[in-house]
Amino acid sequence: MANGNDLLDTFYQECEDLLVAMDEGLRELSEGESDPETINAIFRAVHSIKGGAGAFDLTELVRFSHRFETLLDELRAGRMTAEEDLIEVLQFSGDHLGDLVTAARNGEESDTEATERNLGLINKFLGPEKSSDEEVEIEFEPVSFDFDLGLATGGAGRHAITFRPTRDVYQLGHEPFRILRELAELGTLEVTLDASEVPTLDDLDPEENYLSWSILLETESSDQAIQEVFEFVDGLCTLEIRPEGDAAEGAALDTTPFDLAAGSGVSAATTVEPVPAPVEVAAAPEAPVVSEPTGSEPAPPPAAAEAAQAADARDKQGKQKAKGSNASIRVDLERVDKLVNVVGELVIHQAMLFQALENMRLSSGSELATGLDELSQLSREIQESVMAIRAQQIKPLFQRMFRIVREAGAATGKKAVLETAGEMTEVDTAVIEKLADPLTHMIRNAVDHGLEAPDKRVQIGKAETGTIRLSAAHRSGRVAITIADDGAGINRPKVKSIAIEKGLIPADADLTDAEIDNLLFLPGFSTASEVSALSGRGVGMDVVKNAIQSLGGRVTISSRPNEGTSFLVSLPLTLAVLDGMVVEVAGHPMVIPITAIVETLKPPKQDFHGLDSSDWVLSVRGTYVPVVDVGAALGFRTAKDDPTNSVVIIIEDEESSRTALLVDGIQDQRQVVIKSLEENYGHIDGVAAATVFGDGRVALILDPSSLVEQISRVGDPSNGTRIAMEERHAATA
Amino acid sequence: MQQQLEQESAGGRHRELVAFRAAGQDFCIDIMAVREIRGWSPATSLPHAPDFVCGVINLRGSVVPIVDLSVRLGKGPLQQSERNVIIISIIDTQVIGILVEAVFDILSVPESAIQETPDVGKEKARSLIDGIFTEGERMVRLIDLDKLLPQQEKSAA
Repeated sequence: MANGNDLLDTFYQECEDLLVAMDEGLRELSEGESDPETINAIFRAVHSIKGGAGAFDLTELVRFSHRFETLLDELRAGRMTAEEDLIEVLQFSGDHLGDLVTAARNGEESDTEATERNLGLINKFLGPEKSSDEEVEIEFEPVSFDFDLGLATGGAGRHAITFRPTRDVYQLGHEPFRILRELAELGTLEVTLDASEVPTLDDLDPEENYLSWSILLETESSDQAIQEVFEFVDGLCTLEIRPEGDAAEGAALDTTPFDLAAGSGVSAATTVEPVPAPVEVAAAPEAPVVSEPTGSEPAPPPAAAEAAQAADARDKQGKQKAKGSNASIRVDLERVDKLVNVVGELVIHQAMLFQALENMRLSSGSELATGLDELSQLSREIQESVMAIRAQQIKPLFQRMFRIVREAGAATGKKAVLETAGEMTEVDTAVIEKLADPLTHMIRNAVDHGLEAPDKRVQIGKAETGTIRLSAAHRSGRVAITIADDGAGINRPKVKSIAIEKGLIPADADLTDAEIDNLLFLPGFSTASEVSALSGRGVGMDVVKNAIQSLGGRVTISSRPNEGTSFLVSLPLTLAVLDGMVVEVAGHPMVIPITAIVETLKPPKQDFHGLDSSDWVLSVRGTYVPVVDVGAALGFRTAKDDPTNSVVIIIEDEESSRTALLVDGIQDQRQVVIKSLEENYGHIDGVAAATVFGDGRVALILDPSSLVEQISRVGDPSNGTRIAMEERHAATA
Repeated sequence: MQQQLEQESAGGRHRELVAFRAAGQDFCIDIMAVREIRGWSPATSLPHAPDFVCGVINLRGSVVPIVDLSVRLGKGPLQQSERNVIIISIIDTQVIGILVEAVFDILSVPESAIQETPDVGKEKARSLIDGIFTEGERMVRLIDLDKLLPQQEKSAA
């Protein structure tokens, strides 16, 4: 089906939300929370997906979600209990449902084999799929109605419904009137209010419901269609739907001012018309009366009901907030980006104005100056607000990882659970999007390589099930994401021997523990010799590192034998602005991200030590730091013979190795708007992006790590192992 | 000249072209590719850039690379002058500026008047030229914008 279809797009967007809700419910369930609302929430999500899928003729999705839903229904009705094996099947089914939705969305062939396998699992609980059930469900074609199915007595199309809401219906903000109105759309409706249970005013509980309704519905719709009207109050009311023949026996109908005979005559005439068959055809003969027993209570007078409703609406709001689903609107990301761009422009122009004003040498107390001051505050505020629009909770991303852990555990035969923290941490949407792949890979790695096999864990006295901890937090203007396992830690001798074997380091290299750990990030480290079901996709940690670096992030690794390994990913809050130091290089102003800078100095001449004609090291408090002349590295000038009249900026990269950058001077420190160079030009080694200064000129934002890497590529690898490693790294990159 | 154009207009569709001078020669590009023409403003040099990329400028918030057409054609850099202009053009989704001596005309030329480039000359220059035609006394070269920036840089964009 064409993806240009607006309705379809909306459906898929809703599916996304529904799948998140479903996943959340399933997870709560797996954590032993089996209250009816949780199960209901999962059921509703699956049901809504099925409904939408039916409307768009996505047959496989409909078929699968139907069986899934049936299984959930059994659970909801209490005919099954949420045992571990059932929960597992539910989780797999949830995953598969997500896959089916994705496949349908991308217009890909869905994995029918997986569907069958999964249906097989479900059928273990439900028994085999009934063929009639399946057929009717998939095709959604009008099937002529067979009245021998137990609905014969009253004639098709006439249903007697007794609807008795509990107080919960109002508490959750449902409105019987809407339900009745919806019923009226199905056909001709005759409604009788039964207010007989309303007590005297003294005994009246204003929050209680004392009302019930008897409804006589004449319709061509199926039982199922009628039941769907009551979908959202399911479990919150006592509901009886009977073919009208039986209804005569129903006590509620005694008060009905309805001519039964005449009614029957009319409906009898319509019986030949094809009617969409009900889903539960097979079930119908045994149980023509559908009843959802929940505590039913007598009804309040209308005024009290209204008051109760108002109170309930407030309750509902509170409840929704607690669930984290605040009132929100969907906004196209493009629109937000446009706004971000325009606001960026605003900030630049305001800076231009400021500069122009300074050139006019007006006194700082002048009206113009104070006005401009206020303007700059406002524009900064607008900028922050706009950035906040782009920010999103990291929760959906984290939730996806539960599945990754499950799958990775199943594939490797390891037992693993995921614990998350800081899910509410807000990060720029673009960062979240681009983080998905590296994070997935790191989580898989943690299960696959980090955790020990269950029997080994038991042997050494650890819990059989390994724990992966995934947490996010804001830390000094950046987002810190930690992925930690409680596994064996990095096997350093093995890592080192692999690296030597692969020729990544010289055989006699003397490495510190941290340096060995960092070997994992070298391209070509992860290869076929350690292929398992999960790895061996040709994706190594170097790809993860590159992906994170391209986001302006850093990743560091730390590991303790037998206690586990943890990766710390540090990301910028936004990809739109950056705090930078403005420096001058060969007459060009350039920006160095503050986050990379450790310190700035103007060292005396004797601290520089020449290695050979052009290479220098700088002694900083007893350690030697390689010196990189930025101007020469960028090709703006030849290397300086004498570095002593330069300013030195010490930067630190992900491996905590330090480099001294030589620049001609420091001008300023400020927040700059990041502009893409790639969009109209292309990538430049050593340059992360560009920005526009107050005077309207473009300045480049340096990428210190790639600058250093680039130098060591052409540099002389005489400066110990670190440079030698980096050189290889760069050469293979 | 006018007559010649009118005669040939019956023969084919007309193309609107912006004609300009660079390196002492006359060139043109399709007017649909031109977004605006602006005066010279100093560009920020890019490291490791080909010699014909003089740098980038700020075009209302976008960072736009500037190509010195004269250098691109294998001649020396353009003589700095007040009349120099930058033609901001769009190639696919990419925006670039072309630094030229001066824009002199907008021409309407029938398709049939544009001849294929004869197989002579420097490889570098010829690969840029999509066709030529005569405009009065001058020979005007039609620039193939796609080839203005080297391929690998475009693919990185």
